Amino acid sequence: MNLDFSPEDLAFRDEVRAFVAENYPEHLRAKSDEGEELSKEDFLSWHKVLAKKGWVAPSWPKEWGGCGWTSTQKYLFGEEMARADAIPILPFGVAMVAPVIYTFGTQAQKERYLPKIYNGEEWWCQGYSEPGAGSDLASLKTKAERITGDDGKEYYIVNGQKTWTTLAQHADWGFFLVRTDMNAKIQEGISFLLIDMKTPGITVRPIITIDGGHEVNEVWLENVKVPVENRVFEENKGWTCAKFLLAHERSGIAGVARSKRGVERIRQMAGTELGDDGDSLIKDSDFKRKVAELEIDLTALEFTELRVLASESAGKGPGPESSLLKIKGTEIQQRLTELALEAAGHYGAPYFRGFPTDGDNMHPIGPDSAHRTAPNYFNTRKTSIYGGSNEIQRNIIAKMVLGL
Amino acid sequence: MDFNFSEEQSMLRDTVASFLQDRYDFDSRQKLIKTESGWSQANWDAFANELGILGAPFSEELGGLGGGAIENMIVMEEFGKALVIEPYLSTVVIGGGFLKHSGHAGAAEHIGGIIEGKTIIAFAYAEPQARYTWQDLKTTAKKDGAGYVINGHKAVVIGAPWATHLIVTARTGGGQRDEQGVSVFLVDKNAKGVTTRDYPTVDGQRASEVYFENVSVGADALIGEEGNGLGLVNKVIDEATAASCAEAVGAMRKMHEQTLDYARQRKQFGTAIANFQVLQHRMVDMFMNVEQSVSMTYMATLKLDESDAERAKAVSAAKVQIGKACKFVGQNAIQIHGGMGMTDELAVGHYFKRATMIEGLFGSVDHHLRRYETLSFGKAA
Repeated sequence: MNLDFSPEDLAFRDEVRAFVAENYPEHLRAKSDEGEELSKEDFLSWHKVLAKKGWVAPSWPKEWGGCGWTSTQKYLFGEEMARADAIPILPFGVAMVAPVIYTFGTQAQKERYLPKIYNGEEWWCQGYSEPGAGSDLASLKTKAERITGDDGKEYYIVNGQKTWTTLAQHADWGFFLVRTDMNAKIQEGISFLLIDMKTPGITVRPIITIDGGHEVNEVWLENVKVPVENRVFEENKGWTCAKFLLAHERSGIAGVARSKRGVERIRQMAGTELGDDGDSLIKDSDFKRKVAELEIDLTALEFTELRVLASESAGKGPGPESSLLKIKGTEIQQRLTELALEAAGHYGAPYFRGFPTDGDNMHPIGPDSAHRTAPNYFNTRKTSIYGGSNEIQRNIIAKMVLGL
Repeated sequence: MDFNFSEEQSMLRDTVASFLQDRYDFDSRQKLIKTESGWSQANWDAFANELGILGAPFSEELGGLGGGAIENMIVMEEFGKALVIEPYLSTVVIGGGFLKHSGHAGAAEHIGGIIEGKTIIAFAYAEPQARYTWQDLKTTAKKDGAGYVINGHKAVVIGAPWATHLIVTARTGGGQRDEQGVSVFLVDKNAKGVTTRDYPTVDGQRASEVYFENVSVGADALIGEEGNGLGLVNKVIDEATAASCAEAVGAMRKMHEQTLDYARQRKQFGTAIANFQVLQHRMVDMFMNVEQSVSMTYMATLKLDESDAERAKAVSAAKVQIGKACKFVGQNAIQIHGGMGMTDELAVGHYFKRATMIEGLFGSVDHHLRRYETLSFGKAA
């Protein structure tokens, strides 16, 4: 056991750091600094830079573009991305559907989808939750009936409604859980379909969240015709893919490197904001104590994640332990936004989006670090709800880890 | 000891509640906050003329209903339940409070204006450099003949876009953070040299940055004693804090109620989620938070007329409880609503946002804990 990085690891870290410094798009940096909403093109511009370098999907199998990095290298890479405040690579393609495709898909599916995901040519969204199926995902009702088309080929006709579909407004493709056997037991009879979002019968409607943003959507499917070859893995065995994907989703969800950067930002912010006694807020013993506690919790999470990664690289896939990472990771993300809002003081209140008086494009009031703190706090409440609520994660640990 | 409301007080609550139920439902409120002005003159006129509540805490001599802090508490709790945005707090509680306590020669006339709904007041106390230290003032009022000339920048003045008058704290002497040298002024918002930049706030209110550039006011603008106004400011802010606690109680009661309703009707795993023990306990904890907040709001409201130290201790204790409860009740209301709680469409998120803003209003939990500690244990060495 030791905590040292080898000279090779340090050289790797320097290489990543230099690459990001030279190649991160300048306009993205400006937008992030201003807290502006990112467009589809913004997300893709950085994705494409990394794809060209060969670093967009380090965890994939090498034959499809993976880097074959050690878990230490992956860790260092994540640290450097967070350190540079690089916008994250969206998970829906690279980290969610792609592992399902290269693990369960046919050779033809791998060839059709993986390169376009890698290169950012196709944007993916996730069709899992339904209005009646949230925490109880397996109760989903979206129905896919198998028919033979006029062309003699086999199709599914899909009907139903999905919800909380993140960034579906930009999506070219979606991966959907649908019910292919209405009579089977609840977790059986589900299939995993890849659906072209341009197919007739698909309607995407925005859901505006309490921070005023438009990230999530309702997706309505009405007689959507999907070729049978768009099914991944066996018919009625989609739950296997779904569970596999959820475990993957959770392991990335800890967000340690980004939270470390978040702590740094709080410390910077509290260095310029003034406390009750007129001295900088970071010298305020109560505020400092809260930041210290957060840092300590984050350190505990970091070393827990490193232990999990080490056992993963020893050949075990992400297990139910990843639920721990999800719970602690999202709690820390939420506390970060609480502290930022607290640090902002009076200037946490002004709001600059979507109101009639907003048209003049004037620079927001108060320090830059303050003006998104309240919307960020509101928005980040989602993290203990999505990806399996933190209550569900505790159930998973109780059942799968503790055997209760 | 008696925790019962008088017949008049119960009637006041019923009148306000039934008006808000009829005319201030959630959809109307959401439409209102998206209008150009962001509030309703018609509602304000109705508060003044139909309900007469703008006179709730003023004596009958002045044309009011003869009530006091308890009446403010009742109105504010009902306003909290309906997420009312019209500026009762800054006009009646704060503006009225300053005028009542100061013995100002024009107090009767100004209070008459408040009761009629013609005088609307915003409270310009915060400054960009200052957190919750009310005497931390860069705004100055220099003696000029019989009157004063005011210069400075006031931050996030809630309700200023709708106000006819501003109550402004400014320094007439002493250093930036001295307790001495603080004075309070009532300034016509249309006075020459007053400019504002108006904007919405995250909880659906409107506020302004207010700039004073050589604003000349007469001697009659001074509220209370020159240079000796901090005691008055503390007293009125304590009264406003107690009233905000009542508003938070109203908002929390609604969030708790909405959460119970949602948990009863939302089915997952073949049963209402209200049947899951982990959520039951969470909703019980929310309930206990609400009840403790009600108790502390009563306690603080009933102690507002005690000595400065007793009053300050009671109010800070209440605000600590309410600040913590706003966070716990608000966050768990969203959590138990799941994704639905995150949507702009449902009311619960809007209560959460208002509760979050009250958490920081007139001082955070840390601020009030420290104030309580100092009053209770003495100043740290």
